[in-house]
Amino acid sequence: MDASVKQMSQSLDALNVRGVSHRFGKLRALDDVSLSVPTGSFTVLLGLNGAGKSTLFSLVTRLYDNTSGTISILGRDVRRQPTAALQRLGVVFQARTLDADLSLLQNLTYHAALHGLGASESKRRSIAALELVGLSERAGEKVRHLSGGQARRVEIARCMLHRPGLLLLDEPTVGLDIGSRESVISIVRELAATHGIGVLWATHLIDEIENTDRIVVLDKGKVLYAGTVPGLREHAGADSVSDAFRALTGTTQPELA
Amino acid sequence: MSMDAVAEAVKTPSSPGGQAYSPHGFIAYFNCFRGIVWREVLRFLHQRERFLSALVRPLVWLFIFAAGFRQVLGISIIPPYETYVLYETYVTPGLLGMILLFNAMQSSLSMVYDRETGAMRTLLVSPFPRWFLLSSKLLGGVAVALLQVYTFLLLAYFWEIEPDWPAWQIGVGQGDDFFGITIPPPFNGYITVLPAIVMSGLMLGALALFMSSVIRQLENFAGVMNFVIFPMFFASSALYPLWKIRESSPLLYEICWFNPFTHAVELIRFAFYGQLNVTAFFVVLGCLIFFLGAAIFAYNPSKGLIARRGGPRG
Repeated sequence: MDASVKQMSQSLDALNVRGVSHRFGKLRALDDVSLSVPTGSFTVLLGLNGAGKSTLFSLVTRLYDNTSGTISILGRDVRRQPTAALQRLGVVFQARTLDADLSLLQNLTYHAALHGLGASESKRRSIAALELVGLSERAGEKVRHLSGGQARRVEIARCMLHRPGLLLLDEPTVGLDIGSRESVISIVRELAATHGIGVLWATHLIDEIENTDRIVVLDKGKVLYAGTVPGLREHAGADSVSDAFRALTGTTQPELA
Repeated sequence: MSMDAVAEAVKTPSSPGGQAYSPHGFIAYFNCFRGIVWREVLRFLHQRERFLSALVRPLVWLFIFAAGFRQVLGISIIPPYETYVLYETYVTPGLLGMILLFNAMQSSLSMVYDRETGAMRTLLVSPFPRWFLLSSKLLGGVAVALLQVYTFLLLAYFWEIEPDWPAWQIGVGQGDDFFGITIPPPFNGYITVLPAIVMSGLMLGALALFMSSVIRQLENFAGVMNFVIFPMFFASSALYPLWKIRESSPLLYEICWFNPFTHAVELIRFAFYGQLNVTAFFVVLGCLIFFLGAAIFAYNPSKGLIARRGGPRG
């Protein structure tokens, strides 16, 4: 493959992060991080709390700017073309971000408006998106009455409204019971497979990883491994992903499932 | 709806990186603005306790405090008044200012709370420019304040507090002539006070927005009351005219004079009687530009304070 073609295919990754470092005062939160999320892939960002996952998400969502390296979403640099980049990005934050006192539909149409959509188009897409996550009959209910898993599904429906090419999810299953976790994961996997969306799924739960996923291991702000799941086991000379993770990071983490 | 229609409605652009829609253009901006303001209003209407307490607070001041104070404090004739006025009449513009001040601080508080829960981040990942998002959010707060202000004025009207314009101002071609239509009192005052309310509300909202980005320990509303609301409210012309304060303490007079809230109250007081207080107008406008600029700077991704401090948790 010649260089320009390679460049081209790289720039069309759903997410491409190259050489990004970030520090808060003396604390180095990210250290020369490079990773990519190909279109249509389900990529797991595996790291413990404090590994730098949230900092990375803040940079990609442009809460603050990266001072070194480049971040691009479907080829659009988030610093130089923030509008075009953010238009193609859907995010589910770790914290609950729905208005509890508003209905599901009101929450969704608000988000559609934030992307400039008109009232009737917003409503049409909101109802369709709720159908996608199996909650369309409850469109008029207040979010307050939903379970944690249902609220997460509404947030997934919400981030699909503007038809993004990249989905970021920051530990989306924290605090959910097993049944809700499975339904949230399967909905997102389905989106990646059928809609060709690149998914970056940040987690510290190893049992959420499947053999066919791509995986990025982040520890203390550094990328220790990026590639396939079998590749990770081979790289670390371990039998399981959790053994491989422990071998790479040198931690014995009880919270790892 | 069939599954095909669902798939069609939420499908992603067929080519990766393809243009799904354009956020540019006036209509898209308007949609975004409308959505932000509508959310603020809806949230306010759903929080009944907040609505109720926002109304009860100034009414308690008006019905109890002002009634009791009436005998203690004589108000001499100072502009914009041309006759002796009851203390209730004097304090009403101050109470309108209080509504704006509490509303601004409450929305600032909700902004910090939002930031914790991520709703502020949901707002900031919108592809529209950040100054536009923050300004829309401010105008949403002002829309909520307007609901409170006019409900309060309606109740005060039944208490017989209404703007009595001086005689020279009434009549066609004078202050109450709105594009050729003469509005009879007291409604003329309710119309002329509107721009003053909007401007003061924006100024106080911008101050609160800037505070929300700088101060991290705002969760405690009692702290905001003690350190921001009470000093601003009491060291102003809301409850007593400044010349009265000067008699007791020249220093306090200076402090009140440099308090932007004083000028917000005076702008509202004069506008209520169809007049423009030029000094107050320029002070409020200047403060609005300064605080809004500071808030936009603080939320700017490359220069802002959030980046330096590590940003919100979560």
